Amino acid sequence: MIPPKFDYYAPGTLDEAIGLLERHQGEAKVLAGGQSLLPLMKLRLAEPKALIDINRIPKLAYIREEGEQLRIGAATKINALNDSEVIRTHYPLFSDAGMHIADPLVRNMGTVGGNVCHGDPGNDLPACMLASGASFVVRGPSGERALAAKEFYRDTFVTALEPSEILTEVRLPKYRAGDGGAYLKMERKVGDFAIAAVAARLRSDAKGTIAEAGIALTNAGPTAILAVKAGERLANRAGTDADFLDSGRLAAEAAQPTSDLRGPAEFKKAVIQTLTQRTLQRAWERAKGRS
Amino acid sequence: MTIHGGIGQSLQRKEDARLIRGKGNYVDDIQLPGMLYLDFTRSPYAHATIKAIRTEKALKLPGVLAVVTGKDLDAAKLAWMPTLMSDTQMVLPIDTVMFQGQEVAAVVGDSRYSAADGAAAVEIDYDPLPVVIDPFKALDPNAPIVRPDKPKKSNHIWHWEVGDQKGTEELLAKSATVVKQEFYLPRINVSSIETCGCVAAFDPMGRLTVWMTTQAPHAIRTVFALVSGIPENKIRIISPDLGGGFGGKVPVYPGYVVAVVAALTTGKPVKWVEDRMDNLLSSSFARDYHISAEIGATADGKLTALRVKTVADHGYTDAAANPSKFPAGLFHIITGSYPFEKAFVEVDGVYTNKPPGGIAYRCSFRVTEAAYAIERLVDILAHKIQMDPAEFRLKNFIPPSAFPYKSALGWTYDSGNYGGALHKAMEMIDYAGLRREQAEKRKRGELMGIGISSFTEIVGAGPSHTFDILGLKMFESCEIRIHPTGKVMARFGTKSQGQGHETTYSQILAEELGIPAENISIEEGDTDTAPYGLGTYASRSTPTAGAAAVIASRKIREKAQKIAAHLLEVSPNDVEWKDYKFQVKGVPEKSKTMADVAFAAYTNPAPGTEAGLEAVDYYDPPNMTYPFGSYVCVVDIDKGTGQVKVRRFVAVDDCGTIINPMIVEGQIHGGLNMGLAPALYEQISYDENGNMRGSSFLDYLVPTAVESPHWETGKTTTPSPHHPIGAKGVGESPTVGAPAAIVNAVIDALAPYGVTNIDIPIYPWKVWQVLHDKGVS
Amino acid sequence: MASTAIPRLTATAPSSGPIQQVTVTVNDVPFTMQVEPRTLLVHFLRDSLGLTGTHIGCDTTHCGACTVLVDDTPVKSCTVLAVQANGRKVRTVEGLEANGKLHPVQEGFTVEHGLQCGFCTPGMMMTSVALLARNPNPSEEEIRRAISGNLCRCTGYMNIVKAIQHAAQAQSGASGGKP
Repeated sequence: MIPPKFDYYAPGTLDEAIGLLERHQGEAKVLAGGQSLLPLMKLRLAEPKALIDINRIPKLAYIREEGEQLRIGAATKINALNDSEVIRTHYPLFSDAGMHIADPLVRNMGTVGGNVCHGDPGNDLPACMLASGASFVVRGPSGERALAAKEFYRDTFVTALEPSEILTEVRLPKYRAGDGGAYLKMERKVGDFAIAAVAARLRSDAKGTIAEAGIALTNAGPTAILAVKAGERLANRAGTDADFLDSGRLAAEAAQPTSDLRGPAEFKKAVIQTLTQRTLQRAWERAKGRS
Repeated sequence: MTIHGGIGQSLQRKEDARLIRGKGNYVDDIQLPGMLYLDFTRSPYAHATIKAIRTEKALKLPGVLAVVTGKDLDAAKLAWMPTLMSDTQMVLPIDTVMFQGQEVAAVVGDSRYSAADGAAAVEIDYDPLPVVIDPFKALDPNAPIVRPDKPKKSNHIWHWEVGDQKGTEELLAKSATVVKQEFYLPRINVSSIETCGCVAAFDPMGRLTVWMTTQAPHAIRTVFALVSGIPENKIRIISPDLGGGFGGKVPVYPGYVVAVVAALTTGKPVKWVEDRMDNLLSSSFARDYHISAEIGATADGKLTALRVKTVADHGYTDAAANPSKFPAGLFHIITGSYPFEKAFVEVDGVYTNKPPGGIAYRCSFRVTEAAYAIERLVDILAHKIQMDPAEFRLKNFIPPSAFPYKSALGWTYDSGNYGGALHKAMEMIDYAGLRREQAEKRKRGELMGIGISSFTEIVGAGPSHTFDILGLKMFESCEIRIHPTGKVMARFGTKSQGQGHETTYSQILAEELGIPAENISIEEGDTDTAPYGLGTYASRSTPTAGAAAVIASRKIREKAQKIAAHLLEVSPNDVEWKDYKFQVKGVPEKSKTMADVAFAAYTNPAPGTEAGLEAVDYYDPPNMTYPFGSYVCVVDIDKGTGQVKVRRFVAVDDCGTIINPMIVEGQIHGGLNMGLAPALYEQISYDENGNMRGSSFLDYLVPTAVESPHWETGKTTTPSPHHPIGAKGVGESPTVGAPAAIVNAVIDALAPYGVTNIDIPIYPWKVWQVLHDKGVS
Repeated sequence: MASTAIPRLTATAPSSGPIQQVTVTVNDVPFTMQVEPRTLLVHFLRDSLGLTGTHIGCDTTHCGACTVLVDDTPVKSCTVLAVQANGRKVRTVEGLEANGKLHPVQEGFTVEHGLQCGFCTPGMMMTSVALLARNPNPSEEEIRRAISGNLCRCTGYMNIVKAIQHAAQAQSGASGGKP
């Protein structure tokens, strides 16, 4: 219940924050919402020597369309994401997922950046990022770089983020007419990590068939998993139930869930198959403008 | 003519005034000057020898004042203490730990934070020992012995049986249909939102005060006195506001004892409050019953006999707080609502390397286990003979004319109208309509189930001829004093943990004394002032303390009548108590109120009477009371995921006379949630090395408002003939009755596939597994 | 009881460690105090300021008994550091009533029997206050979702829903009420 002692800094600029991270040589952690970090520290499962609170740094929380992208500031609270008109109408995959992250109170503190780079395979946004072909802007001592979401997740709690880097922004391909997305999460109760969850993002073309499909899985392996074959299977398809059934099977094959208190691996795969079908159906309804 | 706040009114609760302002006084709110804090270093092993405890690092940390170990306590003969079941339990282990999470070293610090730092810094070396987890394997002659300190070198604690074994066997053998089923009710933790804790403080004259989360302060005081040698008149236990209890705050936990020791040795108040993980690891447990049960019926579906064999997993010590004659509690209410001609029940208690099991979680002394088994069995048999489960029950219920009814296992049920409750529930939920809908859905392969539970439970422990806890008889007490200005102070030996006694007791007294409820103050929980009682658990307060309140009130009325007669200048025989007043018979306008009498009691006492107006009653109930009900549950199952959704749940309860309908309904809602949770969500389990699964709220799944159904309630009223106002008690009925209704609904939904049982909690993966095994896509 | 077996002890100086100064306005009153960075906001409120109406029910950020409003937003104060609240406004249950008059949410909980043991109640009410500020007329489903971060063991949530509906009615009746 009581965290161990640590030093605390609340820098006013990103560069200051990065400097502090560098100075602590991997022994400091960024404090954004703290809703993943502080629980670990209270159980003494994480004992960083210092916390760098980035909540005093201005202009890190925003949602705006710029050019061909939707840009989300890393410090955007999850509930701000869920409340955003832009997100709910054009990127409902994210508000679907956002509404199922933890519980409403945790979502008032938790941030998009935190959920993206904490590295727990149970976090809900990474699958959405993978399904949408997102990229992440990170800044560190050597400057800024952009990483594709699909190169970001290496292993459980291991991402491409270097110890002194901070995620500053998430970028998504901007919405076009004919885009649809959805996220379905099966959980034992509100607040739990997923038994299984599926993110799907579909783009349709002028012919009304599926041009692009991104399908990704939460809590089905050591990291979020992009179900590549399941997505490719839908290219140029009409989006029938049979198409989605096939995709569902392929998504289940791509999954590597473990057996645990939430159920045996075989069960989780079956759920992934079912949820993939349902998620695709909903995403397709939205793509065709009938949600 | 009514009195304001009398029986039957939904009086707003008096407790709320302070609680909604955040002005409650819970144990962790107590701050005393110089107060220190206690925390524990706990064992990661389920069974191990302690090789060494190194405290130097801990003692060097700022604010850490002391580390106390089992060896320290042993020098003062305090390393072991008795349990409420006359077994023994470690306060701190001297050389062997018995369960994962057991307290091993106690750290005293000047703040919560320093105590926690200290507890993290104590270094302990262990030598793991073989672990005993499966209670059946524990009974193997070659199993490692959990309690080598016991003379009987075995993990078998006790055997208990009741009924006619031979007669039952014979009758089952003759029965046209017999169904047998194994049920496992796993260990669960009641998880009151407030964990357990205390503040212990000695005053300069050596008087001990302990503010404690306890449902039975007097019994605790007596036990403390016997164990510590501190004279009982120098111990004061104060149970302040409690954030839930549900039976989890009855046992004496090591933390309380160590806090007292620490207070003694430091000369300062010491506070101990469990973290939630401490609580899930080591306290507040329930169930863990492996039940094998069978019932028989005639060819036309009339129940004949019941035979039950149960293995009770008690953890490393029997700390279940049952009445002493009943190590398996009141489990033999398992004949339920049915007139079994013959029955036989045997239970064997077993030691394992788990924390002390308990009878928390609203179980009414194992009645939850019993009601679950019988209501599930009845459904299994009904399905087997293809009779509608409602029809089967209605055909078999003990009829109203049979009461008082003596069961084959020795209980005399006071009153019941089981058919009335079930008919009402069926009507409220449109049972016939649901069966038609189910038939339609089955044609389309959709999974919908309807489950019934028609339970009878047994509360109000208990009559002195049968009940005691550690020898203390289970009477209950009420002491009333009426002040000159007509205001009332009444104190009880019970202790509310949210049940609203301050309100409901004042309603009983308002009714009996003719004084408005708002002029009546109720106190509980301070052993210096409250009369001796056995506390609040097992739904006993209304049946026992409620009765004591009535009897004490009537003792006051008897004296008050003499005073009234004196004031009215007539003989007491010419006065009657009517319309909440003392009236001259036949001349109603000549009357005196209780307030008039109270004033006179101090200013103008009647000749031959003492001054003052007070009474106390220690009520010895003549019998238990038997609340009952019928619940009907509708579920829909998602074939693709195995998820069970409770679509509707109707609960019809009969608790006899209702004192405050609003409070009773609230108790039912809460109790139903505590029936839902074990059925679908909550479980504490151990792997073969004794590692606990479910030791935090991450995996111990307490339902939120989203998982909780919209409960629908109804009632019938069948008073208890022996209770002074016909009241029976209700707090645990819903937790007793609900699980079987939910599980019966799930099994009913899966009946087309020949499924007869799934062990609780029914997780989606279990449903999916069953469907998968049956080849259902 | 033989007390001589366990050595008598004397108190030492209070814990030392890195210290920060924070100013937190709680229920409209500013407090400036020294705290360790690791001090949880809930302990700051309960132990440093003596505002014991906010409760602790778990250690994994599940139960919500510790819910308070920080800048009008409901958060679990067991998972917020006191230093994070520096310069911010906090409202606890003690700050719901005004001039001796109960907040409509407090009224609703009393009238509808929305509490039994009262331990989850302060946190539940703070969440309710914030809900009604965003959504003055929530449906039952919306209410249940909004309070899904607050656990209750006593009520089965039924009367909590009614209490919030009662408060919603009362607040929409009042003119332009400030939550």
